[in-house]
Amino acid sequence: MFEQHLAALPVLLPLIAAPITLILGRSLLSWGFATLVSGCAFVVSIQLLAAALSDGVLSYALGGWPPPWGIELRVDAVNAFVLLAVSAISTLVLIYSKDSIEKEVEKSKHSLFYTAHLLCLAGLSGILITGDAFNLFVFLEVSSLATYTLVSLASDRRCLTAAFRYLVMGTIGATFILIGVGLLYMKTGTLNMLDLASRIELYDSNRTINTGLAFIVVGIGIKMALFPLHMWLPPAYTHAPSAVTAFLSSTATKVAVYVMIRFIFTIFGIDHVFEKMGMDIILMALAVVAIFKCSYMATVQSNVKTVFAYSSVAQVGYMILGLSLVSVTGLMAGVLHVFNHALMKGALFMAVGAVFYRVGSVDIKAFNGLGRQMPLTMAAFTIAGLSIIGVPLTVGFVSKWYLVTGALEQDNWVVAALVLAASLLAVVYIGRILEAAYFKKLPDNVDPNTVKEAPPLMLAPMWVLVLANIYFGIDTSLTTEAASSAAEWLFPSGDTHSVSNVQEMSK
Amino acid sequence: MNLWQGVEPSQLIALSIIVPFVGSLLVVATGKTPNLREAVTLTTAVILFSIVLAITDYSMQGPTLQGSALSLDVIEIFPGLGLNFDVEPLGVLFALVASFLWIITSIYAIGYMRGHQEKNQTRFFCCFALAISSVMAICFSGNLLTLFVFYEVLTLSTYPLVTHAGTDAAKQGGRTYLGILLSTSIAFLLFAVLGTYVVTGTLDFRPGGIFDDSHSKTVLAVLLVLFCYGIGKAAIMPFHRWLPAAMVAPTPVSALLHAVAVVKAGVFSILKVVIYIFGIDGLTDLVTTDIMLYIATATVLLSSCIAMTKDNLKARLAYSTVSQLSYIVVGALLASSVAAAGAALHIATHAVGKITLFFCAGAIMVASHKKNISDMVGLGRQMPLTMTAFTIGAISIIGLPPMVGTWSKWYLTIGALEADKLIVVAALMISSLLNIAYLLPIPIKAFFNTQSEGAAAWSWSETKEAPLPMLIALGVTSFGCLALFFYPQPLIDLINLIPGVSTSMGER
Repeated sequence: MFEQHLAALPVLLPLIAAPITLILGRSLLSWGFATLVSGCAFVVSIQLLAAALSDGVLSYALGGWPPPWGIELRVDAVNAFVLLAVSAISTLVLIYSKDSIEKEVEKSKHSLFYTAHLLCLAGLSGILITGDAFNLFVFLEVSSLATYTLVSLASDRRCLTAAFRYLVMGTIGATFILIGVGLLYMKTGTLNMLDLASRIELYDSNRTINTGLAFIVVGIGIKMALFPLHMWLPPAYTHAPSAVTAFLSSTATKVAVYVMIRFIFTIFGIDHVFEKMGMDIILMALAVVAIFKCSYMATVQSNVKTVFAYSSVAQVGYMILGLSLVSVTGLMAGVLHVFNHALMKGALFMAVGAVFYRVGSVDIKAFNGLGRQMPLTMAAFTIAGLSIIGVPLTVGFVSKWYLVTGALEQDNWVVAALVLAASLLAVVYIGRILEAAYFKKLPDNVDPNTVKEAPPLMLAPMWVLVLANIYFGIDTSLTTEAASSAAEWLFPSGDTHSVSNVQEMSK
Repeated sequence: MNLWQGVEPSQLIALSIIVPFVGSLLVVATGKTPNLREAVTLTTAVILFSIVLAITDYSMQGPTLQGSALSLDVIEIFPGLGLNFDVEPLGVLFALVASFLWIITSIYAIGYMRGHQEKNQTRFFCCFALAISSVMAICFSGNLLTLFVFYEVLTLSTYPLVTHAGTDAAKQGGRTYLGILLSTSIAFLLFAVLGTYVVTGTLDFRPGGIFDDSHSKTVLAVLLVLFCYGIGKAAIMPFHRWLPAAMVAPTPVSALLHAVAVVKAGVFSILKVVIYIFGIDGLTDLVTTDIMLYIATATVLLSSCIAMTKDNLKARLAYSTVSQLSYIVVGALLASSVAAAGAALHIATHAVGKITLFFCAGAIMVASHKKNISDMVGLGRQMPLTMTAFTIGAISIIGLPPMVGTWSKWYLTIGALEADKLIVVAALMISSLLNIAYLLPIPIKAFFNTQSEGAAAWSWSETKEAPLPMLIALGVTSFGCLALFFYPQPLIDLINLIPGVSTSMGER
C-alpha cells in the first residue's frame, strides 16, 4: 500500500505527526515520537532517491486528480537528492535537540518545539517534491511560519526581535513569490510546473512573464538570503536555539536554492533566463560580492553563531555562483554544495550548540581553552571547519573542485581565482576560533570541572555529520553521481528542451 | 634487500605510508611508558627504511612510472581521477633521504626531548610519524591530485609540532606557518592543479610532461608561476617568511622537517612538476621561466645576506635553508638536464649537511643553553665534538671538498653554463662566498678565540657535551657528508634513471 504512495509520504508523515506531537505534551515523549517520524521520512527519502536514480521521474497525482488540473508531486534526481539531505539533517538535529533545548527553550514549550520542527520538515519536503507552482508557495509558507515559531522559542528574549524581523522579511519574500506566480497564472492559465514551462515558451519574452520572473527571483532571493537581501539571517541564526540554527542553516536556505533552480531551469528555461534576460551576470555578480562581503563580515564578528551565519550567506553565494556559470559542471557544483554545505554547517552549529550547553555563551571568548575541556566537540569543530575552508579529503574540497573546474571550463579564470581567494577568508574566521580553543587558557572564573564534554546524545549526531564530511570527501561516487545526473537532467541539451517537455506532458 | 620479497611490489608503496601511520597510533597507545614509546618510534623508522630500500631495489631494475608493477590505485575521488601512487626515481631518492634521516632524527630527538625536558612528548612523536607518513605519500604520488592532498596533510600534521612549546612566540610562528602555507596552496597551487586539469584533462605525472604544442603558451606561463608560488614549501621570496617563523619548534623538528621533510617536499614538488608536468624541454619557450629563475636567484642571494644579520643560530640556519632551497628551484628552472640532476642531488646533499648543522644547534642549546652566535665564542673548548661536526656540515653547505655538497653545486654550475646563464653562475659563486661568510665564523670563533691570560691548556675534563644519543646522531650525519663525497655513485645512478635528467653534458 505504501509503495504507490511513497512520493507523498515525506510530506504526509510529519504533517500528520505534528499535531499528535503537540497532544503528547511531555517533553521526552514528543521527542521520541518526532525523532521516529523524522527517521521514517529519512528512510522513505532513501527509497525515493534510489527510485529516482533508477527509473527517472516519479509522478504522483494528489487526490487522484491527474495533472495539469490536480496537484502533482514529482520526484526526480534533483529533489530526491536534496530531500535526502533535509530529512537526514532533520533526524540528526532532533536527536541532538533533546539535550540542547533543555538549556535554551523553556520546559513548557518543548512539545511546541517538536511540533514546529515537524511542520517545518513537512513544509520543506513539500516544497521539494511538489510539481505545482502555487502549491510550492503554500508549502513555503508552512515551513516559514513554523520557522518563525522555532526562532522565537529561545529563552533569550532578543530572539523575539530577530524572529519578528525574519517574519517581516520572509513575508515580503513570500508575497513577491505569490505575485510572481499570480502573474504567470494570469498569462498562462496553469500552475503545473511542466505545463507552465511549455506555455511560457509560447509567450516568448512577454512583459508579464518577465515581470513574474523578476518578482519570483527577488522573492526567492530573500528566502535564501542572497546578498543583498540577507539582512534577516544573521540575527535570526544568532538568537535562535542552537538546534534550530543547525537545522535551518543546513536545510531552509538550501531548499530555497532548490526552488531557484527549479524556477530557472525547469519553468522559465535557461535560454530565457540567462540568454535573453542576462540574469547570469546579475547572479554571478551578486554571488561573488556575497562570498567576499559576508566572508569578510564573518572574520570580524565576536559571536561565533553570527560568524557562521555570515559564513552561511557566503556559502549561498557559492551555490548561486555555480548556477550562474550556466554549465552542467557549474550546476552540478551548486547542487553538490547544497548537500555538502548542509553536512559542514550542521556539524559546526551542533558543536557551537554543545559549547553553549556547557559554557552558556557562544562568544568567541567562551571558546578559550575548550580544546582541553571538550576535546571531542572541538575535534568535530576542527574537522568541519577544515571542510568549510576546503581542505582535501573533506566535502568542502569536492565542492570547490567542481566549482572551480566549472569556471575554468568556460575560461572564466577570474571567477576561479576569486573563489579560491575567498577560501582564505574562511581560513581566517575558522582559524580565530580554533586558536582560542587550543591556545588560550580557560578563564579563571570558570571551574574546569563544570566545563566538560557534551552529553553523548549531542556528540553522536555531530560526529555522524563529521564522519559524513570525511566519507563523502573521499568516496564521492554517491554524491557526484546524484548531483551530476541531476544537473544533466535539468540541463537541456540544445533544442530538445521544449520537445521533451511536451512529450512528458502527453504521457 | 630480500626482507620484503614475499610482498607484492605495489603493496610496498602502501606499506611505506601505512607503517609510519600505524607507528603514530602505537606511539599514542604506548604514551604512558616513554621507553616503550621510543622503541616503537625507532622500530617503525627502521622498518620504513627497509621498505624504502626494497622499493629502491625494484625501481633500479627497470624503468617505472605508469603501468609498471610499482603503482597503486587507492580510490577514485573524482570520476577518472583519484589517489594514485607510482614509484619513480626522483621520489625514491627523496624517500631514501627522508626515511634514513628519520631514524637518525629519532635517536637525536630522544636525547633532545629528554635533555630539554619537553612536555607533550607523545604528541610530538605521534605528529612526527604522521608527517613522515604524508612525506612518503608525497614521494610516491602518481598524480598532482595525490601530491596536493598529501601536501596539505603534511602542512596540517606539522602544525602541532611547530606550536609545540605553546608560548606566545610559538603561537605567532604557527600562525605565520599555517597562514602562508595554507593560503599559497589554496590560492595558487589548487588553482594551478585545476587549471592543468581543465587544460589537459589529466593530472598524471608522465615522462616528458603532459603539455604539448596545442596548449597556449600564455596559459602555461601563468601556470608555471602559480605552481612556483603555490608550492609555498619551496620558500621562494616573498613567500619565505613561514620558514624562519617555524624555527620556534623544538630543534629535532627544525632538523628533520625544516631541513629535510617539509621544505624538501616543496622543492621536490617543484622538480616533479617541472620534470613530469611541463617537461624540462617544455620550459624553454615560456616567458615566465626566466622571470621565476631570476626571482629564485635573487632569493639565493638575498636570504644569504639576511642570514648574515641574524645572531640567533637557528634563525641564521633558517635563512640559509631558504637560500639553499632556491638553488634547487634554480636548477629546476634552468631547463637543462644537468642542472636538474644537480637540483635532485642537492635535495640529498643539502639534507645531510643542513641536518648536521641543526643537530649541532640543538646540542648546543641542550648542553650549554646558548641560542645566540655571539655567546658561542670559545665554545669549542666545551663542545669540541659538536663544533667539529658543525664545521663539517658548514663546509658541505658551502660546497667545498671533501664534503658531499661539492657535487650538487658542481652539477648546478655546469647546468647553468650549459644553459648559457652566466648571471646565474655568478650568483651561485657569490652565494658560496656568502655561505662562507656566515657559516664559518661560528666554528672559527668557537675554536680560535683569543685565550684569556693564564688559562689552562685544554683537556677533556672541561668538555660538557650533549647527551650521547644526540652525539651519535650528529656523528652519523657528519660522517655521511664525508662518505657521500667519495661514494656519490648510488645517488647519481638513481638520478640518471629520471627521464630527461642526466649528469653527463649534452645527453638527454
